[in-house]
Amino acid sequence: MIEFLKRLFGHQGSSATAKERLRLVLMTDHLELAPEMIEQMKRELVEVISRHVEVDRDHIDVTFERQDRTLALLANIPIISVNRPNGNGSTKRDEPGTPSAEPAKAKRTSASAKPADGETPPARKRRRRKKLKPSPAMTPLVSS
Amino acid sequence: MHQTESIAAEPEVGAAPEITAVPAKLGRAIVVTSGKGGVGKTTTTANLGTALANRGAKVVLIDADVGLRNLDILLGLESRVTHHLLDVLEDRVAIDDALVADKHSENLFLLAAAQSREKDEVETARMQSLVTSLRERFDYVLIDCPAGIELGFKNAVAGADEAIVICTPEVSAVRDVDRVVGLLGNRFRPQLVINRLRPQLVKKGKMLSVDDVNSILRLPLLGVIADEPEIIVTTNRGEPLALRRDTPTGAAYHAIAARVAGEDVPAPMPPAAKGSLLERIGSLFGGKRT
Repeated sequence: MIEFLKRLFGHQGSSATAKERLRLVLMTDHLELAPEMIEQMKRELVEVISRHVEVDRDHIDVTFERQDRTLALLANIPIISVNRPNGNGSTKRDEPGTPSAEPAKAKRTSASAKPADGETPPARKRRRRKKLKPSPAMTPLVSS
Repeated sequence: MHQTESIAAEPEVGAAPEITAVPAKLGRAIVVTSGKGGVGKTTTTANLGTALANRGAKVVLIDADVGLRNLDILLGLESRVTHHLLDVLEDRVAIDDALVADKHSENLFLLAAAQSREKDEVETARMQSLVTSLRERFDYVLIDCPAGIELGFKNAVAGADEAIVICTPEVSAVRDVDRVVGLLGNRFRPQLVINRLRPQLVKKGKMLSVDDVNSILRLPLLGVIADEPEIIVTTNRGEPLALRRDTPTGAAYHAIAARVAGEDVPAPMPPAAKGSLLERIGSLFGGKRT
């Protein structure tokens, strides 16, 4: 009876706990990396990306996901601006063949953020949109 | 004639068309493994061997758990074992003198493990050539692997070309199978048997389900065996449940054997648990909890 009431009110069975523990333990098994190493990897990743675009360091999400028998690293790194954070006004190195007109660049800001957005689970979408809101403020940064 | 000549002219293209007198088709050497102990490797080996033999195949079971011989017990053959695996590997007796004929199935034979020896006394290369020579005479060579991933595992796996992995719906067992499958690699094309499932507990959300386990392992599923008291009873008696095809578990082992043999039959699943009276009343009122 108690069991029934528990289930009625959405109590999770212990199999859910088992599943989650299994997921986590296998993740680290496959990585064969200590958690500190993962943290460091995250920091270094952000550091590299930050050289080219300004990222929202508070909302970085790096996870690992199993895909068949391999492991994939999924990094969701919100971009605030495509400009270099310390903005020495240099032209972008890796924009193949597009002579950069400023308005076009501003557009690319949102475009480059979009694919990442598409890959996030729906729950995170709203947050991401908010992050993109200040995009008008980005335009002057880019054109500077 | 023309073709033969052209092939002879370009040896690197020509896959020699059946010149060698290929010996009669080799049997299949399948290692039954799991990593973790106590999940039912030996029980599965005994039952699968019995079921395969009852299908008419010639089967030999090798107990590779040197030092902890048990397969003879499950088959009820403990009093008939006179020689063991290491006697054969170390050339003390001929293989035919060491093979024990099964009581119940005339096509089934056992090569027992040495009880008072250790796993690292097995020479991997010798084990390999023993399995190869048995494959020439038997349709199936089933190797009951010891728990662990050390030398005992490596020796058991050495001569095999396929693997069946046994997993119970527990975090530790799934983790160990995952590890073992990683060690085996693709060569063994591992297939999965989920053992000791309790449908009642799965239904209550208290046990990992078949999907939970295999969404992680992602292996071809041979079948699922429920945790039934009758398995304990048959183990006590030394009569594998596969001898009794009229029981659900016995029938499940036969279905697994059929699938191993390549027949297109559905993977056996334990019957879904019926809910308690209260739950059934609950579901009447639109509860769609599963």
